[in-house]
Amino acid sequence: MTLTVTDLAIARGGVPVLEKLGFSLESGQALVVRGPNGIGKTTLLRTIAGLQPPLAGQITGAEDRIAYAGHSDGIKPTLTVTENLNFWAAVFGAHGIADALDAYDLHELADRHAGNLSAGQKRRLGLARLLVTGRPIWVLDEPTVSLDKEAVGKFADAVRSHLGQGGSALIATHIDLGIDATTLDVGPFRAVPKPVDDFDGDFL
Amino acid sequence: MIALLLRDLKLAMRAGGGFGLGLVFFLIVTTLVPFAVGPQSDLLASIAPGVLWLGALLACLLSLDRLLALDWEDGTLDLLATAPLPLEAVVSVKALAHWITTGLPLVLAAPVFGVLLNLPGPGFFWLVASLAVGTPALSVVGTFGAALTVGLKRGGLLLSLLVLPLYVPTLIFGAEVARRGAQGMETGTPLLMLGGITLATIALLPFASAAVLRVNLR
Repeated sequence: MTLTVTDLAIARGGVPVLEKLGFSLESGQALVVRGPNGIGKTTLLRTIAGLQPPLAGQITGAEDRIAYAGHSDGIKPTLTVTENLNFWAAVFGAHGIADALDAYDLHELADRHAGNLSAGQKRRLGLARLLVTGRPIWVLDEPTVSLDKEAVGKFADAVRSHLGQGGSALIATHIDLGIDATTLDVGPFRAVPKPVDDFDGDFL
Repeated sequence: MIALLLRDLKLAMRAGGGFGLGLVFFLIVTTLVPFAVGPQSDLLASIAPGVLWLGALLACLLSLDRLLALDWEDGTLDLLATAPLPLEAVVSVKALAHWITTGLPLVLAAPVFGVLLNLPGPGFFWLVASLAVGTPALSVVGTFGAALTVGLKRGGLLLSLLVLPLYVPTLIFGAEVARRGAQGMETGTPLLMLGGITLATIALLPFASAAVLRVNLR
C-alpha cells in the first residue's frame, strides 16, 4: 500500500513551517527529505508518524504501518542491549531479535548495559529497533548522526534489504547514503509567513 | 502490555530506579512523628491513622515526577505513541507499575509502621484495608498529573500542586476508615466511598491522561 501525502500544511510551535506539500511513497521505494535546518523536516516526519496533527491536508496509508526513529532512541541505560530490543519486539508483537543484532553487529554488546555504550553504539541499537517492529514504512529523522563510516554502510544495507522486502523508507538526512532513493527537497514548500491576526472580534 | 509492565518493574528495581524511595520516606515520617509529638502515647494513638495515611500519600507523591518524565526525556514516549499499544493502555500500565513499586510496599509495611505510632489494636486491619483500597487511586491520579506536566522541565512542583487537591477525597475517606477502625466504630460507609473514588478514577482518568499526553507529545 502506498503512503500518500496531499496538500499538507504543518506547524511547529503554532508557526506554519511547510505548506502545499505532496508526495507519494510506493513500497520498495525510498524518499530522502532534504532541506536547510529549521525548514520543518522533523515536524514533517513527526506529523506523518502521527505524533502531531497537520494544519491541513491528508495523509493516507500511514495508520499502524510506521516505525518512527527520531533524534532520541528510547533506550533505557539500565537495561542491557538484549533487554531493550526484546522489550520493543514484545511491544510490536514481533519475534526474535537475532536478525536485528546481526544487521548492526551488536552480538558482542548484547549483554552490556545500554548506559555503557558509546553514542554511535546507542544509535546502532536505536536503528536495530526498527528491524524488530515489523512495520513496512520506516520514518527516520537523521538516522546517521554519530555513526562511523562502517555503521553507515550497515545502515544503508539494512535499508536496502528492507526495500527489497517490499518496505519503504522516508529519511531526513544531510549525507549521501548511497542507496537508490528519490530526493524530496522541501525548500520550495516553505510556508509563506502570514500577518499575525490574533484580534478577538468576539471580545467586543 | 505485560512487556511494558515487566520493563517498568525491572527499571524500578535496577540502580537509580527509585524503588524503595517512597517506603523510606514513609519510614522517616513514622519514626520522626513520635519524637516530635513527645512521650504521650494516648495522643499518638489518636493521631496515628491520620499520620499514617498522610505519610503514605506524600510517599506516593514523591515518585510521581519520574513516572513519565524519564520516558519522555529519552524519547520512549514518542516511540510508544507510534506503537500498536494505545496510549490509554500505556498510562494504565504505567499507573499499575507505579502502584506495584510504591503503593503495594506501603500497604504491606503499614502494620509495622503502625506499631511505631502506637496504633490501637483493631486499627491494623482497617489501616491495611483502607490503604489497599485507596492507594491505587493515588497512582492513577498521579499518572494524570504526570501526563499533564510531562513536557515541563522541573515539572515536579507544578505536578504536586495539581495533584494535591485531587488527592484530598482519597485522604479524607481513607484516613476516616483507619480512624473509625482504630476506635472500633462502623467503617462501611467511608470504605465504600473510598472504593468508589478508586474505581471512578481507574475508569475515567486513563482516558484523560492519554488525551493530555497526546497534546503534550506534539
